[in-house]
Amino acid sequence: MNRFLGFVKKEFLHIFRDYRTLIILFGIPIAQILIFGFAVSTDIKNAGVAFLDLSKDEITQKLSDKIISSGFFKKTDNLLHYSDIDLIFKNGKTKAVIVFEENFGSNLMKDGKASVSIIADGSEPNVATLVTNYTMAIIIDFNRELNGPAGNNSLLIQPEVKMFYNPELKSHFMFVPGVITLILILICALMTSVTITREKEFGTMEVLLVSPLKPVQIILGKVTPYFLLSFINVILILVMSWLVFGLPVKGSITLLLLECMLYILMSLSLGILISTVSKTMQQAIFISFIGLMLPTILLSGFIFPIENMPKIYDYVSMILPPRYFITIIKSIMIKGTGILFVWKGTLILLLMTILFIAISVRKFKIRLE
Amino acid sequence: MVPVIESNGVYKSFGKTRALNDISFTVNESEIFGFIGPDGAGKTTLFRIITTLLIPDNGEIKVLGMNSISGFKELRKNIGYMPGRFSLYQDLSVEENLNFYATVFGTTVKENYDLISDIYSHIEPFKKRLAGKLSGGMKQKLALSCALIHKPKILVLDEPTTGVDAVSRLEFWIMLEKLKKHNITIIVSTPYMDEAMRCNRVALIQSGKILAIDRPDKIKEGFTRKLFKVKATDKFKLITSLRKYPETNTAWLFGDSVHLTLKEDKIDDSLSIFLRNEGITNPVVEEAGAGIEDRFLELMEKGAKV
Amino acid sequence: MAQGCNGLNIKKSGNKNMNDKVIYVHNLVKKFGSFVANDNLNFEVYGGEIFGFLGANGAGKTTTIRILSGLSSPTSGEVLVAGFDAYKQPEMIKKNIGYMCQKFSLYEDLTVKENIMLYGGIYGMKLALIKKRVHELLERLNFQEYENRIISDLPLGLRQKLAFSVAVLHEPKIVFLDEPTGGVDPITRRQFWEMIYETASRGITVFVTTHYMDEAEYCDRISIMSEGKIVALDTPSALKKENEAETVEEVFIKIARPARN
Repeated sequence: MNRFLGFVKKEFLHIFRDYRTLIILFGIPIAQILIFGFAVSTDIKNAGVAFLDLSKDEITQKLSDKIISSGFFKKTDNLLHYSDIDLIFKNGKTKAVIVFEENFGSNLMKDGKASVSIIADGSEPNVATLVTNYTMAIIIDFNRELNGPAGNNSLLIQPEVKMFYNPELKSHFMFVPGVITLILILICALMTSVTITREKEFGTMEVLLVSPLKPVQIILGKVTPYFLLSFINVILILVMSWLVFGLPVKGSITLLLLECMLYILMSLSLGILISTVSKTMQQAIFISFIGLMLPTILLSGFIFPIENMPKIYDYVSMILPPRYFITIIKSIMIKGTGILFVWKGTLILLLMTILFIAISVRKFKIRLE
Repeated sequence: MVPVIESNGVYKSFGKTRALNDISFTVNESEIFGFIGPDGAGKTTLFRIITTLLIPDNGEIKVLGMNSISGFKELRKNIGYMPGRFSLYQDLSVEENLNFYATVFGTTVKENYDLISDIYSHIEPFKKRLAGKLSGGMKQKLALSCALIHKPKILVLDEPTTGVDAVSRLEFWIMLEKLKKHNITIIVSTPYMDEAMRCNRVALIQSGKILAIDRPDKIKEGFTRKLFKVKATDKFKLITSLRKYPETNTAWLFGDSVHLTLKEDKIDDSLSIFLRNEGITNPVVEEAGAGIEDRFLELMEKGAKV
Repeated sequence: MAQGCNGLNIKKSGNKNMNDKVIYVHNLVKKFGSFVANDNLNFEVYGGEIFGFLGANGAGKTTTIRILSGLSSPTSGEVLVAGFDAYKQPEMIKKNIGYMCQKFSLYEDLTVKENIMLYGGIYGMKLALIKKRVHELLERLNFQEYENRIISDLPLGLRQKLAFSVAVLHEPKIVFLDEPTGGVDPITRRQFWEMIYETASRGITVFVTTHYMDEAEYCDRISIMSEGKIVALDTPSALKKENEAETVEEVFIKIARPARN
C-alpha cells in the first residue's frame, strides 16, 4: 500500500510542477464549456430570407412583415424572377426564399386557398430544416389569425417546402465537405510541423544549419513532397465521396482542385509556422492536432452555423482559415458557383498563406538559439 | 602563419548558468587540437560557437580569419561538423546519408572519395543498411565520412568517441591521424583522458574555464609534485588507509594502483610501517611519472579551491 | 578483522564470499528470432564481489543484464539471481536487486528528498526506515544542503552519486550499474568508485558495465563479451598476465572484436 501511495504522490508532484499539464486539466474544460455553451446553438438568429413576391398585395405584405418581425430572420432581398433564386443562394447570405404565387391574395379570398413556397438552401441541411420549420410555424400562425378567433377554417394557406441543391436533404452534403476541410488542415499542418521538429530533436538540424542550405530551401524542401502527395490525397477523397456518398461536384472541378491545392499550401505553411515555435515533436503534435481540431470543428461553420453564434465568435472565426475554405468548397461542390462568388475567400486564403510563409522564413533560426 | 581558429575572451551564458568563462586559445593549421573535460565543461557550447551556430555574449572567435558571426555564410562551406549524437538520418541507408550530405554541400561522393576511402571502406559492405541499425562504431565512421565529404578545411568533432567501445575508439583515432596529410585541421572534444595523448595540443576544460593549454607531454610535465604509485591487493582498504596517513596530500584510485602525493613531497619508511599497521599486506610503493590525468586532477582541485 | 574508516568492518580476505553465489548462469541462450544475442553463457558472481561486465556495443551485454534484472526471460539455460529463478520468479528478483542505468536515474522535476522517499516506498520499505536512511544518505554524501533542491538543478556528478545511493537504499543483495560514470568528471568518477567499494564492503554485490578501461581494473573480476559469447573471465591481473598486456585496455583490444552489426 505504501508503495502505491508513494507512487501516487509522485504523480501528483509531476502534474503540479508542469504548468502545461495544468492548462490541459483545467484550461481546456473551461474553454470547452464556454465554446460549447455559446457556439453550439440549434436556434436561428438573423437567418437571411429573401422574398419572391409575384403577387405584391396586402396579404403577402402582411405575411412578409410577420416573418421578418419574428426576430429569427432578416430580409436580404426582394427578388423579381425565379432565375434570381440560384444567384442569391450562391451569394451565400440567404438561407431561404419565400415565393408567393401570382394573385396570392385574390386566390385566397376567391378560392379559399393560396400557396406559398419555402425554398431553402439545401447545402446546409440543418439550417435548412430549422428555417423551414420556423417559417412554417409563422405561416400557420398567420393563417390562424386570418381565420379569426372563431376558429372558422375557411382560408387555407398551403406552404410547400422545396430544397434547393440538395433535394433529399442528405446530411453528408454538410458533413463531407466539412470533414475534407478538417482532415486536410490537420494532416498537412501536422506533417510539416512534425518533420521539422523531428530534425531538431534528433540533432540532424544542427548539421543542416551548418551546411550551405538556405532556410527557404529547407522549408520548401520539406513542403514539396507533402504538397504533391496531398494532391493525390484530395483526388482520392473527392472520388470516394462521389462513389460512396453520391456527392457530385456541381461546379468546375478544376476550380475545386485549385482551391484545394491553395488550402493545402496554406495548411502546410501553417505547419511550418507551428514548427518554428515548437521545440519538440510532442509540442508540435499538440499544437497542430489539438490546437487546430476544436476550433475547426466548432467555429468554422462546419456543423454549427456561424450566424447563430454570438458576434464575438464571428470575429474569432474570421482568423480561422477553415471558415473560408468550407464556404468555398460547399459553394463549388453543391451550389456550383464559379470564381465570381468565391474570390473573396480565395484571396483571404492566399494572403494567409503568404503571411505564414513570410513569418516562418523570418522566424526560422539560422542559429541554435 | 595565420591561426585557423582564434578565440579571444569568449563568454557565454544560458540564463543563470555561465557555460564559458573567458575562453582564449588558438589552433594552427593541420593540428589535431583536443578539448578534454567532463560533461558540462562547455565543450559543446564552444564548438557550436566555432561552427557559427551560437553567438558569444562577449569576446570573439575568428575562424579562417573571419569573424564567426559575420562570416558565417562563408565559414559554413568550409567546416565539417560532427555533433554529439552523430546526426545521421536513422531511416536512410548508409549510402543515402552520404549522398545527401554530398549533395547539400554541392559535391558528389565520387569527387572526394579518396579523402574518406580509408574510413568508408569499413562500412561500405553495409551501404544499403539503414543508419539506425548500425553499431556505435559504424555510426561513428559514417558520421565522420559525412562530415568530410565536402573536403572541409576544418573538422569539428564533438565527443565522437563517447559511449563507443575501446576498439572502435582506437580505430577512429588512427583514421583521424591519417587525415593530417590532407591538411585538414581537426578540433575534437572528448571526456577520455588517454585520447589527449593523441592530440598535437590539448586544452583541459572544466566548468567553462580552460585549466591548461599545451602539448600533452608538456602538460604532464607541469605536474608540481612527485607522484607515487602504491599497489596492494585490497584497493579499498589501501585508499582509505592512505587517506588517514598524516603525510598524504592526495590519494586517488588509478586503475590497478593508487596515485599518491605527499605534503612534504618525500617518502620514507613511515609510509610502509603505517600501511602494515593498517593491516595491508605487501604494499608496493614506487615513484612514477605523472600522466595527463594526474595533472588534470591536480588542476581541478586547484580550480575548486579558487 | 581490521577496522577501516568510519568503523566499517572489512572482511579480511577481500570481499568475496565464495559460498554465496548471487548470480548463477549456466548455458544461457537468448535468441531474438534467429539472431542469437547470448550464445551459451556460463558464469557465476559471488556475494560482495565487484564484477565488471565489458564488451563492445552490440556484443550482447544489455540483453544479459535485462535477463539478470528480471526484465526479460532467457530462451534456454539456467539463470538464478539472488537465489531466484529467472523464468519463474522474475518479480522476486526485482525485489532483491538495485538498478541504475545511465539514461534515467532520478525524476528530474522532484527534489532530492522526494526522490529518496519515492524509491523507498517503491522498494516496500517502512516509512520509519526510509526516513532513517534519508538522513544517513544525506550525511554520508554531504548533501544536506541539497535536500530540497530539484534534481535538474544539480550537476551531473552529484546526480549520479545520488542515483547510486538510491539504487542501494534498500540494501539489496546485488546492484546492477549500467555505464554509471559516463561523461562525469575524473574526480567524481573516482569518488563514485570509492562509493562502490564501500557498498561492496557491506556485502552488496556490484555488477557494473563500463567503457572506461581503467575502471575495469577496480573490479574483482571482469568478463569480456564479444558477439554474444564470453571470451574472457578472470581477475584483471590474471587476464593481463595471460595476454601479456600492461592494461585491461590492451587485453580488450587483443581479444574483443568490434560487433559485426
